[in-house]
Amino acid sequence: METMIMRTGLWLAALVFAVVAFALAADWAFAVHMVICALAAGIGLIVTLRSGDAAVLAGGVGPVPDSGRYDDQVIRWAVIATVFWGMAGFLAGLYIALELAFPALNFGIEYINFGRLRPLHTSAVIFAFGGNALIATSFYVVQRTCRARLAFPGLARFVFWGYQLFIVLAATGYLMGVTQGKEYAEPEWYVDLWLTVVWVSYLAVFVFTILRRSEPHIYVANWFYLAFILTVAMLHLVNNAAIPVNWFGSHSISLAGGVQGALIEWWYGHNAVGFFLTAGFLGMMYYFVPKQAGRPVYSYRLSIIHFWALIFLYIWAGPHHLHYTALPDWAQTLGMVFSVMLWMPSWGGMINGLMTLNGAWDKLRTDPILRMFVMSLAFYGMSTFEGPAMSIKSVNSLSHYTDWTIGHVHSGALGWNGLVTFGALYYLTPRLWHRTRLYSLRMVGWHFWLATLGIVFYTASMWVAGLTEGLMWREVGPDGYLVNSFAETVAAVHPMYVLRAFGGLLYLSGAVVLAYNITRTILGHNLRDEAPLGGAVFDPASDVPLVAATAR
Amino acid sequence: MTIYDTLRALADSWGLAAMTLVFVALCAWPFRPGARGLAETAANAIFEDDHDDA
Repeated sequence: METMIMRTGLWLAALVFAVVAFALAADWAFAVHMVICALAAGIGLIVTLRSGDAAVLAGGVGPVPDSGRYDDQVIRWAVIATVFWGMAGFLAGLYIALELAFPALNFGIEYINFGRLRPLHTSAVIFAFGGNALIATSFYVVQRTCRARLAFPGLARFVFWGYQLFIVLAATGYLMGVTQGKEYAEPEWYVDLWLTVVWVSYLAVFVFTILRRSEPHIYVANWFYLAFILTVAMLHLVNNAAIPVNWFGSHSISLAGGVQGALIEWWYGHNAVGFFLTAGFLGMMYYFVPKQAGRPVYSYRLSIIHFWALIFLYIWAGPHHLHYTALPDWAQTLGMVFSVMLWMPSWGGMINGLMTLNGAWDKLRTDPILRMFVMSLAFYGMSTFEGPAMSIKSVNSLSHYTDWTIGHVHSGALGWNGLVTFGALYYLTPRLWHRTRLYSLRMVGWHFWLATLGIVFYTASMWVAGLTEGLMWREVGPDGYLVNSFAETVAAVHPMYVLRAFGGLLYLSGAVVLAYNITRTILGHNLRDEAPLGGAVFDPASDVPLVAATAR
Repeated sequence: MTIYDTLRALADSWGLAAMTLVFVALCAWPFRPGARGLAETAANAIFEDDHDDA
């Protein structure tokens, strides 16, 4: 009862604070954000009071969220959130791809122009879709591998809902034009502060669950998850160090400016890729791939080398985003050398994942989820080969600022991050909702092909567009002047932009199939009536040795 | 020497040597004698006691 009163008081204080901040707001975007915060605090207040009623009626014990061996309620929420934000993010991506191909789709409305929807798309897919997938899988994996219930169940719920509030504040901010102008770190200072609170809570839940483990060894997937949480905390704090212009306004000045600011931004930006999109998702890979294949990871010791090499090398690779800029030459070379070295641990990890299927490759015929994981690892290998190549200065002079970069990013994000997340969602859903299996396995196959074809269309068209742009931009005539104007290169790549949008449509269609399949699985509908997978029938007529050809 | 020069000198001499040493030691650690069995146990641990009931 006492804790309930305290919680109610906290929610009420938050509500009052948000309303006061709304009244004092220096600009309307800040005012809108404070209304959203007030609504969130109000919902929290009502939920606390109502659950309090129920708890008092039940004899003051409080609701038991999950009576099983593990605390899975937050994971179920995060799985649904992953699917929801994934759909939103992919749809935004398709729309901005169409805006690039057909600029009329901007409609002259500031809220939906490319400049504002683009950060909405990147944040939605990276932080909302990817972030919720990481929260779901990290909480699932840490409990299973440590054989311990989640520490601080209340805080774990706060992490989930606090993170959703961060997403909503960030997304609405972009639409209203609120941005720090730092790529992948666009949200303004007060949203950054909120994320810091949520992230420290996430770290606390994760670390204390590990400390409660009843298993002597900490499984390697948890190493990757922990590195992801810790490093993202550090990157976030350093890159977002800023002074607000007004304590009740949505503008701030970054502490570091000029080339220092640029280097900090790309130290952050590249390690967001390295630790958010790589280390965290490798945590998924090292648990779900062995589990789905039913075999232990190919080499546990290789996975440890993979871990340390990734940690030690990735953190230095950021300067390759600033080749041929005001950044000192030695720093550019350092970034390039470390990026090239990164190729080795990345491929070590890819080989480790793929070789886990050694002796079980036949399962690919009958298991479309495993197919998803294998294709994801293949794209991990492809994009971690392409990345080092593009970080070499002479290659970068051709590829930088072109759509090749966009193609590279999407081969990693759609291929590696997307497919491994889909595989994990398909693995988790039947287990979390206690279903015998997914509603349909054939639909997983459909999703697999739609997604794969979508990525192929996307990356291939962006390679062609990027090379076209790079070569046209650098073409100099005999008189020493550039041959092409920028507008001519835009016209030249228009067909590629249309093909890219088509690839995005295929990928989104695959995600619609996923959403349908997962929804019906969650709702517990009868399994879809479909032909089982695999079914290679033995045909004795064709099972004969080849007739040896006689030499003439 | 300025702070920048001092830090640069430290970073590409002792700092680099220390980090390389730590890195090599961490990578060599799972290959110490007797660690093979431990690694195998750890790799298989995710399949043991694999049920979600209380």
